[in-house]
Amino acid sequence: MNGLSRILAILGKEFIQMLRDRLTFGMMVGIPVMQLLLFGYAINTDPRDLPTLVEMGDTGPASRAILQAMETSEYFDLIGTVAPGDAVETVMRDGEAAFIVTIPPGFERALARGERPQILLDVDATDPVAAGAGSGAFPSIVQEALAPMLGEMTPPVETVIHRRYNPAGRTALNIVPGLLGIILTMTMAMMTSMALTREAERGTLEALLSTPTRPHEVMIGKITPYVVVGFIQVAIMLAGARLLFGVPFLGSPIAFLVAVSLFILVNLALGFLFSTVARSQMQAMQLTFFAFLPSILLSGFMFPFAAMPHWAQAIGQAIPATHFIRAVRAIMLKGAGLDHVWPQIWPLMVIFAVIATVAMLRYRQTLD
Amino acid sequence: MSEPLAIDVSGLSKSFGGTKVVDRFDMQVPPGRIYGFLGPNGSGKTTTIRMMCGLLRPDEGGGTALGLDIIRQSREIKARVGYMTQRFSLYGDLTVRENLTFMARLHALPGVRTVVDTALETYDLAPRARQLAANLSGGWKQRLALAAASLHEPGLLLLDEPTAGVDPKARRDFWDRIRRLARQGVTVLVSTHYMDEAVQCDNITFIAYGRKLIDAPASEIPGRIGLKTIRIEGQGLQPVYDTLEKADGVEQIARFGAALHVSGRDEAGLDAAIARYRNQDGLTVTAAKTGLEEAFIWLMTGAEDNFR
Repeated sequence: MNGLSRILAILGKEFIQMLRDRLTFGMMVGIPVMQLLLFGYAINTDPRDLPTLVEMGDTGPASRAILQAMETSEYFDLIGTVAPGDAVETVMRDGEAAFIVTIPPGFERALARGERPQILLDVDATDPVAAGAGSGAFPSIVQEALAPMLGEMTPPVETVIHRRYNPAGRTALNIVPGLLGIILTMTMAMMTSMALTREAERGTLEALLSTPTRPHEVMIGKITPYVVVGFIQVAIMLAGARLLFGVPFLGSPIAFLVAVSLFILVNLALGFLFSTVARSQMQAMQLTFFAFLPSILLSGFMFPFAAMPHWAQAIGQAIPATHFIRAVRAIMLKGAGLDHVWPQIWPLMVIFAVIATVAMLRYRQTLD
Repeated sequence: MSEPLAIDVSGLSKSFGGTKVVDRFDMQVPPGRIYGFLGPNGSGKTTTIRMMCGLLRPDEGGGTALGLDIIRQSREIKARVGYMTQRFSLYGDLTVRENLTFMARLHALPGVRTVVDTALETYDLAPRARQLAANLSGGWKQRLALAAASLHEPGLLLLDEPTAGVDPKARRDFWDRIRRLARQGVTVLVSTHYMDEAVQCDNITFIAYGRKLIDAPASEIPGRIGLKTIRIEGQGLQPVYDTLEKADGVEQIARFGAALHVSGRDEAGLDAAIARYRNQDGLTVTAAKTGLEEAFIWLMTGAEDNFR
């Protein structure tokens, strides 16, 4: 009986402590809710409505029937037409379209003569999962679209599918650049927030501030080492990607350096912001984890971005990892340069400015 | 006053979350003196000290430390004042030498190596220079903290309960060092709960509930309060204690080892209460000098009535 009352005493005490630490309690409630919402509503491994451009070499009833059928299939979202020529090099590398359909000139006439004309589908295969469903369904969509007009004869057209950037459809090619973003998010934000919180938790910050040291000197001195750590991590990941998985590096090293530096800065600022909220290292870690989840789930790292509903995509746009992962995939796999990844660079700059401003404002308050 | 005051603050007030922690606090400390800062836990000592070294900005009031304005010149103050925090605030995972080097560099001292070597020598820390600070015992940690706080040869040392939880020998040693520093012209403001330390101070400031209750040399304090004390020694004191506790004329009764110290401001009333024990067998009743401890316990009790 005594044993039970002691157990109850410990149990009660544990609950009191749990409820007192409001941040931890918030996490315990918040994380399952967030996971449930994200996995339940936002994540869709069967991507539909991927942006598709059409290169119209011919316009006729057959071409229109094919495009109509593609739209109806829900795999493709026809967002416009492009001029013949360099569509792949421009719009696909910049990530504007996941598919480009090319209907060659003279398509209708060749079809009418029974010459089995070609119809081409260029696929951005950097993310094999995202690209797989649409390109797999394409031949039968074309077939069915033409069936009412031509009857059940042998395939009237030849569908040609070009998997760009990742012809073998290897997941590693897509995962490794994404992992770079995820690992930097995790370690950079966590390291800085914990390092800064540690000073306050152990009381060493008081000794530090009782010297003529200025607050920004503390901040710069504490954060810079982690920039170095970040670059070491990047170097390790790049070497591993190349040596173990044969991930190519096709694009501009300068663009890569710009993206990586900016992304490291964003995460350091985030860690700095967490340190102004957290009162212990434990809390700093929890906050990082809280920010880490959406970075994994909504950034397009694990699940195709295009497959998410619009509201989830909107949230994803606010996540730095989304832009970074896109930029790095474009640079490494598609050979992009700085001008191509600019649409990903400027949002990172905006996010950095916002986080850094909020963090600085909070930092000033916590010193007192 | 020929020399400028080392500390000259007045009207200092500070609130945290609506609670007034320090309330219109004044203090004047002449240079080269050791001033004691006493008061119950939570009385606002630490907050006051932090305001005087530029770490906290007072809500109201102001003043100077070493002639520098505590609000506008907090950086200059930090460069010339040494502050030793109540809680050990150096890095446990750095060695003794590394800690001192770090602090010397924060103060941007010229010749860091020499400064650190001198400090290691002065504070007898040289044999432990390579030891991690976390592995030092309490007394050695305090000694390291004092060495770190005085590296930049501050003109004013603010020591916040530097000897809490330290053994008596280490405390004596620590105070020898404080007096040595004072002889060199350093002004010291030290907060403490130990009476044997308080009496070594040139002056004592007693604070409770954020307000200054008394400010006088140690020897004058009991006299100022006007408390008379009678000492009762002997066997079986518990019934005596129980009776006198409720007796008129007795304001305070406290055990001192094997004796009772019975105090009151009304001498006649106190005598009347004690009278029946004067001739009791086995009890010795003598007039005693009111000590600092009785005085402070009396002050704290009174403060509670006045401010709570």
